[in-house]
Amino acid sequence: MTAGHLLAAGQAASTGESVAFWVLAVISVLAGLGMVLARRAVYCAVLLAVVMLSLAILYAVAGAPFLAFVQIIVYTGAVLMLFLFVLMIVGVASADSLKETIPGQRLAAGVAGIALVVLLSLVIGHAAIGPAAPGGAGYSAGNVRGLATLIFTRYVFPFEVTAALLITAALGAMVLAHRERTTPKPTQRELSQRRVAGAHPSPLPGPGVYARHNAADFPALLPDGSPSALSVSPVIAAREHELGTGPAASLPPAPAALTPGGGTANGTAGGGGPADGEPADGGPADGNPAGSEPEEARP
Amino acid sequence: MSPGHFVALAVILFVIGAVGVLVRRNALVIFMCVELMLNAVNLAFVAFARLHGNLDGQVIAFFVMVVAAAEVVVGLAILMAIFRARKSASVDDANLLKY
Repeated sequence: MTAGHLLAAGQAASTGESVAFWVLAVISVLAGLGMVLARRAVYCAVLLAVVMLSLAILYAVAGAPFLAFVQIIVYTGAVLMLFLFVLMIVGVASADSLKETIPGQRLAAGVAGIALVVLLSLVIGHAAIGPAAPGGAGYSAGNVRGLATLIFTRYVFPFEVTAALLITAALGAMVLAHRERTTPKPTQRELSQRRVAGAHPSPLPGPGVYARHNAADFPALLPDGSPSALSVSPVIAAREHELGTGPAASLPPAPAALTPGGGTANGTAGGGGPADGEPADGGPADGNPAGSEPEEARP
Repeated sequence: MSPGHFVALAVILFVIGAVGVLVRRNALVIFMCVELMLNAVNLAFVAFARLHGNLDGQVIAFFVMVVAAAEVVVGLAILMAIFRARKSASVDDANLLKY
């Protein structure tokens, strides 16, 4: 192979590489901006997933296929799922409020961001980063093999310390997530009494899915022909009421005593409902409504 | 594609994450922005590894990922503990040490 062939191959590779880079750079920057600007935490999580996947492909483009897969598996797979789990516990509907607690905080943050961009750009501009090195021994011998050699020779001590760190983190998470029981454990008798104490001891009626339609927001009909507000989840009903469309939009609100979390369920779907980011759904610490925990009653 | 482009992208993402940490008040979103900053630094590490033609930067990025995973686990556990106590994920509500 002559030098011309090598040059041509490098040219073609760099063309594809630059196309991938520019596309992914634009996508990741836009998703990052969206993450900062989106009010809902779930949107932020999804946009962060976009950023992480783009970065994974960029790693692969930049000659780090092992890191690309670790990025997808660890970040997009594990870390982001953890984020989403906690998000579901802490409150999906919690949106940031728009009022500033510190006056001028956003402006100051924007100025600080621009200053940081200028600072880092000056640093990088002075560094005069040249073209990529033509590939050392690590790149030619295979990425995974080279990384393994490095990790188990030069970086073996940090690697072992990493193991200790991971175990400590797992233990710490267990300790922090553990909750001491402050009230005596309810007995089977108390559970059964609590279950029939409410106004609706039987399970709530299901939606009219199989009888009339194939969507869960379709209310079931009572014997007199009127739709039953109890048959549709209050979250769905509140959402459709807000949107103004859908079969559950015209339902009367369900009695507060029967919906989980009481009357706050209507504020769950409202975009500006919980203004201070307060989660609207009653957490697991709140009293469950009657009849919602049949599992614990079993011996 | 020279490593300088990758470093420039890393700078932009890092600044976006930093501004997010400063602006947002939901603790979960602040965590996500911290993750974005860590990812940006990882990208810079990979670019510098490529610049020097060795794999040390990639190893460091690997370690950064491990530390970030551990940080997320503990941070989210703290967040859940705070949420249990304060019924809120907003950093404005965790102000008992302020007074």
